[in-house]
Amino acid sequence: MNGSAPSVVAVVLVTVATLAIGTWGLRFSRTTSDFFVASRTVRPALNASAIGGEYLSAASFLGVAGLVLVFGADMLWYPVGWTAGYLVLLVLVAAPLRRSGAYTLPDFAEARLASPRVRAASSLLVVAIGWLYLLPQFQGAGLVMEAAIGAPQWLGAVVVAVVVLVNVISGGMRSITFVQAFQYWLKLTALLIPAIVLLGVWVGDGAPNPADAAGGGDEGSLWSLPLGSGGAEGLYLTYSLIVATFLGTMGLPHVVVRFYTNPDGRAARRTTMVVLGLLGIFYLLPPVYGALGRVYGGDARPDVLVLELPQLMVPGTGGDLLAALVTAGAFAAFLSTSSGLSIAVAGVVSQDVFGRARLPGITAFRLGAVVAVAVPGLLALAAPNVGVARAVGLAFAVAASTFCPLLVLGIWWRGLTDVGALAGMAVGFLGSGTGVVYALGNEQTLGWGAALLGQPAAWSVPLAFATMVVVSRATRGRVPPHVLRFMVRLHTPEAVALDRG
Amino acid sequence: MATGWRRRRRHLGTEADRATFRTLHTASLASPALREGLTAGSAERSSKHLRQLLGAPAIALTDTAGLLAWDGSGRHHAEQTFALAKATVEGGATRVADRDELACIVASCQVRNAVVSPLVVDDRIVGTLQVFTDGATAGLVRAADEVAQWVSGQLELAELDASRTRLMEAEVRALRAQISPHFIYNSLGAIASFVRTDPDRARDLLLEFADFTRYSFRRHGEFTTLAEELRSVERYLLLEQARFGDRLAVTLRIAPEVLPVAVPFLCIQPLVENAVRHGLAGQGSGHITIVARDSDQSCVIEVEDDGAGEDPEKVRRALAGERASDGSDDSIGLGNVDARLRATFGDEYGLVVETAPGAGTKVIVRVPKFAPGVHA
Repeated sequence: MNGSAPSVVAVVLVTVATLAIGTWGLRFSRTTSDFFVASRTVRPALNASAIGGEYLSAASFLGVAGLVLVFGADMLWYPVGWTAGYLVLLVLVAAPLRRSGAYTLPDFAEARLASPRVRAASSLLVVAIGWLYLLPQFQGAGLVMEAAIGAPQWLGAVVVAVVVLVNVISGGMRSITFVQAFQYWLKLTALLIPAIVLLGVWVGDGAPNPADAAGGGDEGSLWSLPLGSGGAEGLYLTYSLIVATFLGTMGLPHVVVRFYTNPDGRAARRTTMVVLGLLGIFYLLPPVYGALGRVYGGDARPDVLVLELPQLMVPGTGGDLLAALVTAGAFAAFLSTSSGLSIAVAGVVSQDVFGRARLPGITAFRLGAVVAVAVPGLLALAAPNVGVARAVGLAFAVAASTFCPLLVLGIWWRGLTDVGALAGMAVGFLGSGTGVVYALGNEQTLGWGAALLGQPAAWSVPLAFATMVVVSRATRGRVPPHVLRFMVRLHTPEAVALDRG
Repeated sequence: MATGWRRRRRHLGTEADRATFRTLHTASLASPALREGLTAGSAERSSKHLRQLLGAPAIALTDTAGLLAWDGSGRHHAEQTFALAKATVEGGATRVADRDELACIVASCQVRNAVVSPLVVDDRIVGTLQVFTDGATAGLVRAADEVAQWVSGQLELAELDASRTRLMEAEVRALRAQISPHFIYNSLGAIASFVRTDPDRARDLLLEFADFTRYSFRRHGEFTTLAEELRSVERYLLLEQARFGDRLAVTLRIAPEVLPVAVPFLCIQPLVENAVRHGLAGQGSGHITIVARDSDQSCVIEVEDDGAGEDPEKVRRALAGERASDGSDDSIGLGNVDARLRATFGDEYGLVVETAPGAGTKVIVRVPKFAPGVHA
């Protein structure tokens, strides 16, 4: 299975295409005759595809199928949560966030609370979450390179890190909407076409029930039960996962940046609606691979099941070509997500760290990019064995425990103060951060201690909310004087004629 | 530990020194509010510091129309502040009001006397500082007088800030009114030439002209989105192209991501007008390129022409706000845009102009995607 030529070609093609688009971009010129600014505003459908392209990471592309294969239906909560996170975003955050005019989460914090210290804390968190999210992307790339061409695991991580770095530094891939939108459809195609073929093979074999198959992982009845195994602890783990993924989406640094591209709050809501649909379609596919893997993929490794399954089910050239397509999709997943995240992190690092040092803008940004990519790259080399989907789950837990309370209370509660926000974010970060350190250091073990630490969101999120409310109440005098005016601006539709100054 | 404390306390000076520091600190707490001018809000926030400064049981701040803020006990006297203010405004100097003027029914009330000092800005009384006490001493009168003068100073600074803002607004208004009469004659003339040959185009151009003027004469709002600004630029170029035809070529490269960025109203349009004027000067035909692109946390807009170019020294003087020596007002727009960008986003966001005689001109505008307080 190793070293198949089509897969090599696919990886090279995707890498070269990404570099080429990054370098030359969509720099076509237009003359006034066919140029209309209005026609160039980013439509919700296009922006939603771009969000999908940036959002669907290695965890979605590779991790979910492997988790479903091993742990069964309870792992479906990952894709459900990653999609439903946008529902929460739609209801609570999307339109007001766009109306706030904030470009990044630190911007929002500064505008809402008028405090440079909250801004600095938010910047630190953006960097922490970004690194935690980048880590599994690089690891996943290593796994794919190993599976596709038999290269050592570190090579894939290095290749992706270098490609992303070159792209970001050369000024390409600046979250260009078209490129990211294209990446979504590439990823969807790369999973959809092989899935259709494989389902055909499965039906041809008489459609055996995956739950009855003797594949790896849990027993049949346990496999198809959508709850974590292990009684009360399993239930806790499931709920904690739901809390983390439902509430974590809004705190991801590269998602907020995309919402800025919407012309107004209404468009932001429509975009989120379309994102929900696009993600819903995409996330139907990885579980299909997981279930088929239980029937056919007896000896496939869970994390690269998606890549190996086509060759296991369709021997010969057909399987090789399908595998190449999936490999290309996986590489697109790493590159687009890592680029978006690296740019978000590099922006924060260059503005809030190197910008202070009075470095010129471009130098600061390049240094920021190096830091943004190098740290998770080295971590990926140092700790190569954290499950891809689990590490992303931890990033969501940190985001849900810090930025979710900040955004939700900041948008919907007048009483939030800077001290309250700082305290809440600190408590949430310490709580979820302890879990991250524990999970990165230990393999999953049993017992309540491991469950509470390994999946901290169910207690760290309420704790962060409570701290923010209590401390804000205690420091009532520090409510910023402009809060009412800011609230009016957040919640009044743009169509209403009103002085927002 | 204890000796360390004592040493630090000694380091802060004598009791008198510390009293001075306390007074200065209290004054500095009151000043930010007063620097916003004399309003109910600023009076409310500064009054408690002013009362602390004077050590009186109650103080009030009024403007010439009535009470703005009362701090301290005896709030039932608030109704009498207007009469006290009126007497001082008419008298023009600090006066002391006794019990007859402060009729009181509350036995335990500490308010027996009032010292009322005028607040003077530009030789005009804008309000009063009223200090209420149970016995007015000469010292308190002196203190009230001094504090009133200090408050007047702060209010004068506020007035200065306000007039600076007004000046900036006036410049924008001037810029709006600056739509060159020539442009209007020429546009209407060009439209007229199409009325018989191509009535549909003439009608479209007239509508564009109407939209263009509506945007340019817009009264509200200091900021607009880049999309709106570029739409207006686009209309302007359509009208100019109707007049110049093939002699004016335009290339626009706009990244859709930067369209929602908030920019100062009319900050691109004057640059394009300059480019058209310079681009067509000399050889009679020209090419204008407008680029708006995404650059991390900021957005870069470039307006370039391939015309005659300009002496860099002349541009430098225009940006510094000096009139050109030959009296031409070519670059007034540049100086104004530069000043407004700096005032809004800070000095690092000024205009960058690359030019030389015969080499065309390129004007680069950089605006942050987000700046506190800036929104369209």
